[in-house]
Amino acid sequence: MPFQIVMNLIIAIMWMFLSESYTLPSFITGYLIGIFLLLLLNRFIPDTFYLRRFYKILALVYLFIKELITSNIDIVKLVYQRKPEFEPGIFALPTDLKSNWEITLLANLISLTPGTLSVAVSQDNTHLYIHAMNIDDIDETINYIKSTFENAIMEVTR
Amino acid sequence: MIETWIDIIFNIIIAIFLLSGTFFLISSSIGLIRFPDVYTRLHATTKASTLGIAGLLIGAFLFLFVEHGIISGKLLLAIVFTLLTAPLGAHMISRAAHRVGIKPVTKQRSDEYEKAIQKEKQQQK
Repeated sequence: MPFQIVMNLIIAIMWMFLSESYTLPSFITGYLIGIFLLLLLNRFIPDTFYLRRFYKILALVYLFIKELITSNIDIVKLVYQRKPEFEPGIFALPTDLKSNWEITLLANLISLTPGTLSVAVSQDNTHLYIHAMNIDDIDETINYIKSTFENAIMEVTR
Repeated sequence: MIETWIDIIFNIIIAIFLLSGTFFLISSSIGLIRFPDVYTRLHATTKASTLGIAGLLIGAFLFLFVEHGIISGKLLLAIVFTLLTAPLGAHMISRAAHRVGIKPVTKQRSDEYEKAIQKEKQQQK
């Protein structure tokens, strides 16, 4: 990945020299041309295209914002019910994520999703303890977290 | 004529952002009062207040941009940092509350973390 970024920068600077205008706009056009060339020659350069990871990060941010808004609507509904009906409880979520950074990100995402709040991480980093508003549909929640967040985080970091 | 219409539309958008932000903030504080224990209260405060603050800041950002032509990066940074820090704060508060010994309000006594702590203590003995 660093190799591709360096290649892209070199192409941009070459473009600046070729067009003999040393300004920011010409650098940006050069950078765009570099992205296009790297995309074209993707098969001959080691590693996958580096903006693919950038795209995954954008997808993760989109997921984050979507979940934030839905969870807000859920909590506002609960707040304005005449008698709030929920069954709180704490459950354990086994995770496959390893590094501290990934687990922090997962805990953050969980805290901002509908009806869940991360309470603690186990000593050996294998389980997250999560406080849920509705303890009855735990299995559904676990499946949802595993299939969306863990996958999205793994695609960014690995 | 067209410019006044564009102004009106921008004003409406800004008003929508500001009003929704204040609405979420108010409902988070009402939730803080109404819910039964620490954990459910944290649910209300973290979620609703992050979106509330984000709405207010986006409204302020758009207002500054449309009225004065200022692009205020600080407001956008503030949104990013609230999104990063609010769940962390909730995590630490709820963990500390649990360690101190506050039991979550449950009918079914479903508390996996309590069991894990008990197991740790038994292993240490």
